[in-house]
Amino acid sequence: MDNCHGPAAATLPPPETSGKQHVVAIVGPPNSGKSTLFNRLTGLRQKVANFPGVTVEHRMGRAKLGHLREIFVVDLPGVYSLQPRTEDERVTHDVLAGTMKGLPKPDAVMLILDSTNLSRHLSLAAPILSLGLPTLVILNMADDLHGRGGEVDAKELSKQLNTPVVLISASKGTGVEKVFEFLNSAPHYLPPKPPLLQLPVLQDVPKVRDWAANMSRRTNFRPPAPPLWTRRLDGVFLHPVIGPLVFLMVVVGVFQTIFAGARPMMDAVANAIQISGKWIEATMPDTALRSLIVNGVWSGVGAVIVFLPQILLLFLFIGILEDSGYLARAALIADRTMARIGLQGKSFIPLLSAYACAVPAIMATRTIENKRDRIATILIAPFMTCSARLPVYTLVIAAFIPEKPLLGPFFGTRAAALLGLYVLGFLAAIVTARLLKSTVLKSTRAPFILEMPPYRWPTVTSLVLRLIDRARVFLRRAGTVILAVAIILWVLANLPLHDGKAPEIGASIAGMIGHAVEPAIRPLGFNWKIGIGLITSLAAREVIVGTLGTIYGIEGTTQSMGLQAALRHDLTPGGAAALLVFFAFAMQCMSTVAVVRRETAGWRWPIIQFAYMTVFAYVFAFLANRIVSLWF
Amino acid sequence: MQIGFNKKISAAPSGPRNLTALKKGETGILECIDMSDIDAQRLMELGFLPGHTVTRAHAAPGGDPRVFRVDGSEVALRRETAVHLILR
Repeated sequence: MDNCHGPAAATLPPPETSGKQHVVAIVGPPNSGKSTLFNRLTGLRQKVANFPGVTVEHRMGRAKLGHLREIFVVDLPGVYSLQPRTEDERVTHDVLAGTMKGLPKPDAVMLILDSTNLSRHLSLAAPILSLGLPTLVILNMADDLHGRGGEVDAKELSKQLNTPVVLISASKGTGVEKVFEFLNSAPHYLPPKPPLLQLPVLQDVPKVRDWAANMSRRTNFRPPAPPLWTRRLDGVFLHPVIGPLVFLMVVVGVFQTIFAGARPMMDAVANAIQISGKWIEATMPDTALRSLIVNGVWSGVGAVIVFLPQILLLFLFIGILEDSGYLARAALIADRTMARIGLQGKSFIPLLSAYACAVPAIMATRTIENKRDRIATILIAPFMTCSARLPVYTLVIAAFIPEKPLLGPFFGTRAAALLGLYVLGFLAAIVTARLLKSTVLKSTRAPFILEMPPYRWPTVTSLVLRLIDRARVFLRRAGTVILAVAIILWVLANLPLHDGKAPEIGASIAGMIGHAVEPAIRPLGFNWKIGIGLITSLAAREVIVGTLGTIYGIEGTTQSMGLQAALRHDLTPGGAAALLVFFAFAMQCMSTVAVVRRETAGWRWPIIQFAYMTVFAYVFAFLANRIVSLWF
Repeated sequence: MQIGFNKKISAAPSGPRNLTALKKGETGILECIDMSDIDAQRLMELGFLPGHTVTRAHAAPGGDPRVFRVDGSEVALRRETAVHLILR
């Protein structure tokens, strides 16, 4: 008897819970709803991981079955074939072949296909079925197929392919129970049998496509009517005049949200950190431990956690843009401009996000499939003027540039200076991108191919899961790398002890380091105090403001001055210009280094990037100091 | 009718008819893909198969890249790629 959803689980003896954990892989073409199904199956019991040595990430999750049983589900990158040409295809191929390090060969495969485009998507069934693994074929987007008048006979397809087939709608949740039934039958999966129509030669794409077309014809597949709404919306979003206007509105909306919209939430978080810090200070006895917790951990980690609302809002935006299908249109519109600097349309949104913070921007580069374009985007993202530079810019500009109106009352010298710094970062990014794309990251000459998925409503579940995942990644880093740096800096600033007390900052280890680096930064017009600031700002750029506040607050001559006055006392105009330029270009951010290491799966790129940006910053800060010193 | 196996295809109008010749809404039949095997296979997997119809849909402002309707989906290609897809 042919069953459209595999063997009925009830007729099987309850499988053993002990022993081996079963692994089932989800495979499918891009935009087939893999992630939606994965979320349905695993909910929050999932994590994102990288395979060793490659930048491709995969998601691992546990699907809860009855009787306290669980099964591991691996969500593999979207592919159209198993020819190992791109890194994504190689990873998918290796995992399914059982040759991927760190992952056992899957016990079964769930092949998910878009039922509205079955004739083409079935092509992937050929290489998957030839693997000889137990396979469940999932025809997704049933609601869309039926809504547009399409039809497919899942039973007949099951008979033809000789493997269970289910018709579901992962976003609505209909039919997902049949997928659970399949998972439940582990480890008694049906051994695969060859399909009725002999499998084609897999390397021959037209042959595979003909096989898929024959297969779908045999199952009375009636393709759905063209997606009317998608065409109507594209008539607007890709309109020669209205399209770019909508695009600009979206860009301004993203910008406005990550700057202004996030501000109240960021203030709230900052307040909460400050109040709780004060509370700890008030309740704990005055010991070194209190100083470590309040001045080290709380202010250090807190300075980073403040950015969480901004990051979450940004990812909410990107999630909506990506899931709705607009991101592909935005990439299309931006492509020509980005192509001029050797990048492509998909780099646009990550680079825009980098104006808020490079960390989420670098995480957002995952939407770029071309690895070289992705790495180039990662490498230039920190040049974009992130919000952590603003406190430094504001302080130095306010201290050194007198406010004079330039263009009316709303645009003065200070605003011009700030805008100039934004332009400076942008120019550095362009120069670097061109340099990279014409040398080490010269494009593989792979053609730029951008698929335009139909517009769909984003689902709340998928957006929420995405945000939780990003928040988790961000907070884990704040709790590890940033925490460690904050503690180390505190220790360096408070040792060696004098009479059991913390030393004056100049006599601390941090101070000694500041004195030690002074000869190196003297040409830029910086003294040892700025040197300490540069070192502490390695954790996060805005930390220099706090550090300088502490140093000047302690020191005798500047004690009574405000921070701005103290800075004017300490720095020449040339030095101030050098400081601004240095902060515009240097990679003074441990979080960014950590995230680049994570996203590029190794230390190579973050080290190259850090060295490049530091040298770049040093050279231009030196020039800025020299040039400005000629006039002032 | 000219069938292009010439390795160098310029964007000049004298070359064989390629995808860039299609006006919005116009349909053509693909003859061959004049690219390396790897790139051609990738395009074929997306539906650009010889003998299949290709319809030109929307485009980015300025006309590049252009969107093509092929085998049930829509795919955008830059001009530099589209000139290598030869029409019958």
